[in-house]
Amino acid sequence: MRLTKTKTTGMHIILIFSVLIICLPVILAVIISSQTETQVLAFPPKLTFSNNWAYNYSTAWNRIKLGRMMFNSAFIAIMVTAGKIVMSLLAAFAFTHFVFKGKQILFFIIIITLLLPVPVRIVALFDVVRGFGWINTYAGLIVPFWASATGTFLFIQRFKTIPSELVDASKIDGCRPMQYFFRVLLPLTRSTIGALIVIEFIYIWNQYLWPLMVTNTDKMRVVQIGIKMLMNAESSNNWGVIMAGVVMTMIPPLLVFFVMQESFMKGFALQSEK
Amino acid sequence: MKQSSFSNKYLPYILLLPTYSILVVFLFYPAFESFRLSFFKVNPYSGAEKFAGFYNLIKIFTNPDYLSSFVLSLVFAVSVVVGGLIVSLLLALLLNQKIKGAKVYRSLLIWPYALSPAIAGALFNFLFNPATGIVGYFTGMRTWMTNGNTAMFVIVLAATWKNLGYNIVFYLTALRNVPRNALEAAEIDGAGPFRRFFSITFAFISPMTFFLLVMNTTYAYFSSFGLIDILTEGGPAGSTNILIYQLYRDFFVNSRIGYAAAESLVLFMLVVGITFIQFRTTEKKVHYQ
Repeated sequence: MRLTKTKTTGMHIILIFSVLIICLPVILAVIISSQTETQVLAFPPKLTFSNNWAYNYSTAWNRIKLGRMMFNSAFIAIMVTAGKIVMSLLAAFAFTHFVFKGKQILFFIIIITLLLPVPVRIVALFDVVRGFGWINTYAGLIVPFWASATGTFLFIQRFKTIPSELVDASKIDGCRPMQYFFRVLLPLTRSTIGALIVIEFIYIWNQYLWPLMVTNTDKMRVVQIGIKMLMNAESSNNWGVIMAGVVMTMIPPLLVFFVMQESFMKGFALQSEK
Repeated sequence: MKQSSFSNKYLPYILLLPTYSILVVFLFYPAFESFRLSFFKVNPYSGAEKFAGFYNLIKIFTNPDYLSSFVLSLVFAVSVVVGGLIVSLLLALLLNQKIKGAKVYRSLLIWPYALSPAIAGALFNFLFNPATGIVGYFTGMRTWMTNGNTAMFVIVLAATWKNLGYNIVFYLTALRNVPRNALEAAEIDGAGPFRRFFSITFAFISPMTFFLLVMNTTYAYFSSFGLIDILTEGGPAGSTNILIYQLYRDFFVNSRIGYAAAESLVLFMLVVGITFIQFRTTEKKVHYQ
């Protein structure tokens, strides 16, 4: 569609304005994380960078053992993401490339899981995990999240768009199912895997309620709970240190997001192409 | 499913085994147990159970705190869903135009998707807190977080802000699939931009709107726990005490296991209800490609 010049300028202005509003809370957080306690309390507020970076960031890092928490969060997010991708790839392969008894009902069961987010089963899930002796363990934070309806659906959608001539040709070549899976299917599924990595890593890194319930030692806490601990540990007005902690905990998911942004968008585009 | 298939008797079951083992142990069994427990009185120390029928459900629905939590969760969810979808659709429409730097704008608008509700809570706590909050300074109003209504407004704002990126991504995907020739034909027929939007674009993106409606509702009901815990802890005076926060407190702080189980049953009914409405409306009204 043709656009007049005034219209284009208008759109740029609205977009720049929206970008500023959306980015403002985080920009302010970065600015505050450079200020001393007195500067944070200044009246009128000081909205420019200062030079207290080193103190704020090292204090935030040491006060709550943030290093250990960063490791925990990263380890959990990676293990859950990897497990989910492997399991849902295998499940999607079974659903799309085989004929077997009970297929319909098994697929229906996967749809039902969409009705069961953690909060509706949390009371008994906690008991199950405690029964396994998994309180304060990585297993308790990782294993319950391995099955993924989202992943299974996403991969089923992707597999369906792959021309069936590829399967026929592989069969003529004497290719076994798992050989076909590894040699043909996997390489064609890269951007969907990329999209799922972004979704799941961010989802697990950002989890709050479940880690709050199944961990209670400093050694096993994750960064999201760390933010709350930092807010309680710091004198309530030392926002420089708190914001330093906040900024550090948002870096890993942002990195994953920006590095994999293209395959994330592409994975979604494919999903709705049908 | 139309793919050509391999013939193998056992392999498909072996492929499905990992997923279904996890589903049975960590999804279906706990869900079933939670529902069962909502009809029992449970001693938090000994674990002893006694059948109690509808006792827990009656108890929570005659508790004024729970009822008010129920209502304000609804207010919170509706505000987050409606506000979030309108703003993100407008931004996605702008991003979908052919203008310079559209990709850069896109990145700069969707990245808060990567932030957590807890982070959103900390950021908005800084902006709105009574002592040092910058918004308080610039608006000349220091009581944002000490008044129930404005505190609700702030959690809605924080939750909406955090989820905008997610909604924009999905709306952009849907907008790309709106057929260009239909829009161009309408333009030639003299339909203005608003007419074109409401009679063509809107119809094509309605399946996505319903999908986002469900996703945002569950986000508001469940994922905002971290946001509440860091920003308000349910206060002031219970005015932001949404259902998931109440459930956490009854289960984890007060050890009322039967109540908590009944509350999770209520949440389950809400999810089922929303999903059912989505399926019904999608079947009837929504235009599919």
